[in-house]
This record gives sequence, structure tokens and C-alpha cells, in this order.
Amino acid sequence: MDLSFDLLGNALVSGLLLGGFYAAVTIGVSISFGMLDIVNIAHPAFVILGSYTAYIANSVFGFDPILASIVLLPAFYLLGVAIYHVYDVSFERRGDASIRGLAFFFGILFITEVTLVLVFGVDYRLVDAPYIGPSLHIGVIDLPLRLLIPCLVSLALIGTLQLFMSYTFVGRAVQAVAQDPMALRLMAADPSRIKRIAFGLSIASASIAGAILIVIQPVEPSIARDYIGRIFAICVMGGLESFGGMVIAAMILGIMESLTSTFYGPSWSPAVAFGFLLLTLAIRPAGLFGRR
Amino acid sequence: MHNIRFTLLALVAAVVTFAVARLIDNAYVFFAGYVVLQYVVLATAWNILGGYTGYVNFGTAAFFALGAYTSVVLHKTVPLLPLPVMMLLGGMISGIIGLGMGYLTLRLRGTYFSIATLAMAVVAQTLITNWNFVGGSRGAYIIRPAESPLFAGDYIQYLFVIMLLLSVISVSIARAIQHSRLGYGFSAIRDDELAAEASGVPTLRLKLIATTISGGLMGMAGAPLPYYVTYLDPASGFSLSYAINTIAMPLIGGTATWFGPVIGAILLGTLQQLATVTISSALSLLLVGLLLVGFVIAAPKGIVGWLSR
Repeated sequence: MDLSFDLLGNALVSGLLLGGFYAAVTIGVSISFGMLDIVNIAHPAFVILGSYTAYIANSVFGFDPILASIVLLPAFYLLGVAIYHVYDVSFERRGDASIRGLAFFFGILFITEVTLVLVFGVDYRLVDAPYIGPSLHIGVIDLPLRLLIPCLVSLALIGTLQLFMSYTFVGRAVQAVAQDPMALRLMAADPSRIKRIAFGLSIASASIAGAILIVIQPVEPSIARDYIGRIFAICVMGGLESFGGMVIAAMILGIMESLTSTFYGPSWSPAVAFGFLLLTLAIRPAGLFGRR
Repeated sequence: MHNIRFTLLALVAAVVTFAVARLIDNAYVFFAGYVVLQYVVLATAWNILGGYTGYVNFGTAAFFALGAYTSVVLHKTVPLLPLPVMMLLGGMISGIIGLGMGYLTLRLRGTYFSIATLAMAVVAQTLITNWNFVGGSRGAYIIRPAESPLFAGDYIQYLFVIMLLLSVISVSIARAIQHSRLGYGFSAIRDDELAAEASGVPTLRLKLIATTISGGLMGMAGAPLPYYVTYLDPASGFSLSYAINTIAMPLIGGTATWFGPVIGAILLGTLQQLATVTISSALSLLLVGLLLVGFVIAAPKGIVGWLSR
């Protein structure tokens, strides 16, 4: 049983690292869906867009994909601000955000995906960086750097956002707008402006998430869909408004997927996330770590 | 009585459509027409849940593909079964899945239902991909009979007629629901679920009825698919383009009435067929996405709302 113990240990560790990366993909939806109540199902498409901008920066200009994604943050932030503006004017102010808002984001998801297909084709793209390839070895456990670095970047991203949310006025206002926009207005903060900033941040996070995605695996436009279920599964499991719960849920999911693909084959792993989401929704809709 | 008169009128329209298609005498008309009609059924079925009760279903592809794969299984086990029977069975399977799905999630907020339907589509796709009997990820081949079993003509004409009849049935159901107590209950749920519940509308039961009918019709629309494409693999059966089309069509046509999805499906379906032939299929999907976003922003009540203004 020596061999399978190694296998188990490695599956656990790579699941943990994978979960760290899932957290980076989910943080944007934790903000938009968890705090602003905007069901941005197009978020994975923006993540893929982030992968492709990192890919261009890397393959055309030779920059490091992750550093490039940090430089590109303002561009993604502005994209988010622009999308929120359209959403706000068209849906929130008219008061029928539910169906049409969902359809709007579904349309955006589709437009982004098809545009990427038209521009780049359906070939898998990958990037080149010194940390893709080598691994650290601790005993029998392998720590591939192409999983370790993304996980660390992801945790740094979430830590920064958590600090911003807890210690700045705008950050606290974002947390407040989810609970009571009217009270926020009485504090002389414009809910619309606060939500715009928060949505901008959520899309900005997709730039970094996209870059670390393409470090982990080759990317083609339609893989966005695989992430929709994962993201919302993690988000709901983690209890919508807590980043900490979200990270734990992401790691649980990463480990479960990694175990499934090690012991049953990778073709089963998509069903894990979605199956878990369905179970969570049916049994405990407030999430494993929810306060409600 | 009103409903029967409507169904008869719709049948007359269907006969005229078939006669015109026979007169043009080009197999492509039947191939393209089949797809448009399939979308009339899907859009109408989606609208019974999405338009009338306001619950957005992203899982159209799952219900549709389950119907299609039911036919694959039946084709392998009882190949002599006539197609309409396969459609009934496919519809029953999808209807039951719709019921179960609704039971799991409909007590939650609307958005959770939408996300759960998306999740269900992936679970179903993974199960089918790993099920070797129906071909797994390699897909399944089905040999389409050459001749129509009912009248002289190619088998594609038979498929066209079947889909035409199914359109008549689903549009009649949608119209009958709209003008019934059931339909008023659905609208009450859409407008204010809490108020509906408080005034004694059995919301959960009504929503379950809506998911079952909607899922069942989608399954019936999917059942003839293997005979149409002759090669079915999970990626194409569960394609997201079914989901986007069936959401876009009612929203573009208008979701409040039975007529909106029909006009949306005919317009958008025909446009897509033309764009696929003249430009490319990727561009035709882009067109659907752009139209969907444009319509939800600029014309929230769709073409029907726009015309009746």
C-alpha cells in the first residue's frame, strides 16, 4: 500500500493547491454575487479573457504572465466599471434585474467566448515562464511550481482584497451596500458609485485569475463553462459573503476533484463540483460556513 | 372550445407549411425548417417556466440531450419502436428529471435555481460521457431510414412533419396555460411570489407543474435529434448554444405571451440558418449573443411588447 499512500498524499497536496487557484477565480463572484447581488455568470469568460491577455503579453512581448496581469489590472477594472454602468442604467434602476440581468450576463458570456474563438481559434494556448516545469520535493510529496506559485498569488490577491474590505472606507461601504443601500445613502455614500467600484474590482481580479489559469493549464475559449459550476459551487458552499469560508470551500472542492481524478479518472471530475453544488443547494442553501 | 379552435387553426397552418415545403422540393428546406421548428418547441417550452413563472432555466441542453439519448438507448434495445413512442418516452424522462430538479431547488431564490440547472447540465453530460453503452465521449451512430414510414418521401420530411406536429402541440399547450387558472397562478408567482403564496396560490406545486411540462417538452424536442444528425456525441448534444438560443428567442420575441417565443424562434432561427450558410456558424452564434444583449437592454418586452406599444 506504499504506492497508493504516495498517490493519496500527492492527490491531497495538488488538490489543496488547485483549490487555492479556484479561490482566485471565485473571489470576483464572491464580490459581485455575494456582496452586490449581481449574478455575474459571465465572470469565467472574463477570467479566460485574462488568460488571453496574459498569453499575448507572454508570447508576443515576452513578459511574465502573472506580472503582466498585475499591470493590466486597471484595464480590467475599467471594463468592469463600464459593464456595471450598462447594467445599472438598463436593469437596476428599472427594478427588473432578475431575469433580464441574468440573460444580459449570459449574453456577455457568450459574446466573449465566441469573439475569442473568432480571434484566436479553438486551439489550446499556453504560456512560457521559468516556474512552469520544475517541482519542489518534500519527502514523497511533489510540489509542482506551476501549481504552487498560482496558489500563493491567489492567496495574496484574496488577502489584499480582504484588507481593503476591512480597513478602508470604500471597502466597508461595499460590505454595507449589500446589507442596506438606504443606510449607506444616509452616510452620504452613493450606492451606485460604491457598487461600480466593487464590480470593477471583481472584474479586475479576473485578470490575475486568468493569468494563473493559463500558467496551470493550456486554455481555449470554451473552458469558461467548466468554471461556472465550480465558481458558484464554491461561492454557495462558502457562504456568500465570507472570503475565509470561500477559500476553505475552494480547497475542499480542489481536494475532492483531485482525489476523484486520481482514483476514478479525470472524466468524472466535472461532476464532482456540480454534484456537490446541487447537494449544497438542496440541503444547506446558506452554505457550509454561512451565517444565516 | 376556444382552445380546440386554436389547435385546429394551428394544424391548418402546419399543413400549409408542409405543402409549401413540398412544393419548393428541396431537401435543404426540410433540414433547415426542422431546426427552426425544433427551436419553436424549445423556446415555447422554456417560456412556460421562464416567461410565465420567471424562473430562468439554463439547463435546456440537458433536458434536450436526455430526450435525444433516450432515443439512442431505445434505438439500441428496441429498434423497431416508432419515433413518436420514443419521443413520448424521452419526454417522460426529461419531465421526471424536471420534476426532481424543481423539487431540489425551487424552494430557493430564483438565481439558485438558475445556477442549479446549469450545474445539472454538466452532471448529466458527465454521466453520459462516461456511459459506454451510448457511445461515451466517442458518440453514437444512428442509421437514418431512407424512406418516410407514413407517406412517400424522404425520411427528413417525416422528421419535419413530426417536429411540425410537436410545435402545434406545444404552442397549443402554452396558449391554453396562458389563459387558464394555472397561467394566472404562474403570473402571480412571477410578479410577486410572496404575495401569491400569502393569497393561497400553491406556489411550489405550480412551479413543479411548470418545470415538469417545460422539461418534458424539451425532451420530446430532443428525441428525434439522433435521427436528424445521425451522429450524436455528448459535446454537441449538450451544446451551450441550445441554452443560449432558447433563452434568447423568448426574450427577443417577448416572454409574457405564447406568441413571443414563436415569433422569436422563427425570426432568430431563420436568421441563424441563413447566417450559418452565408457567413459562418461562429458568427451566427455571435449574432444571437449580440441580439440577446441588445434586446434585454433596449426592448425589455421583446418584439411583441414593442409592436403592441
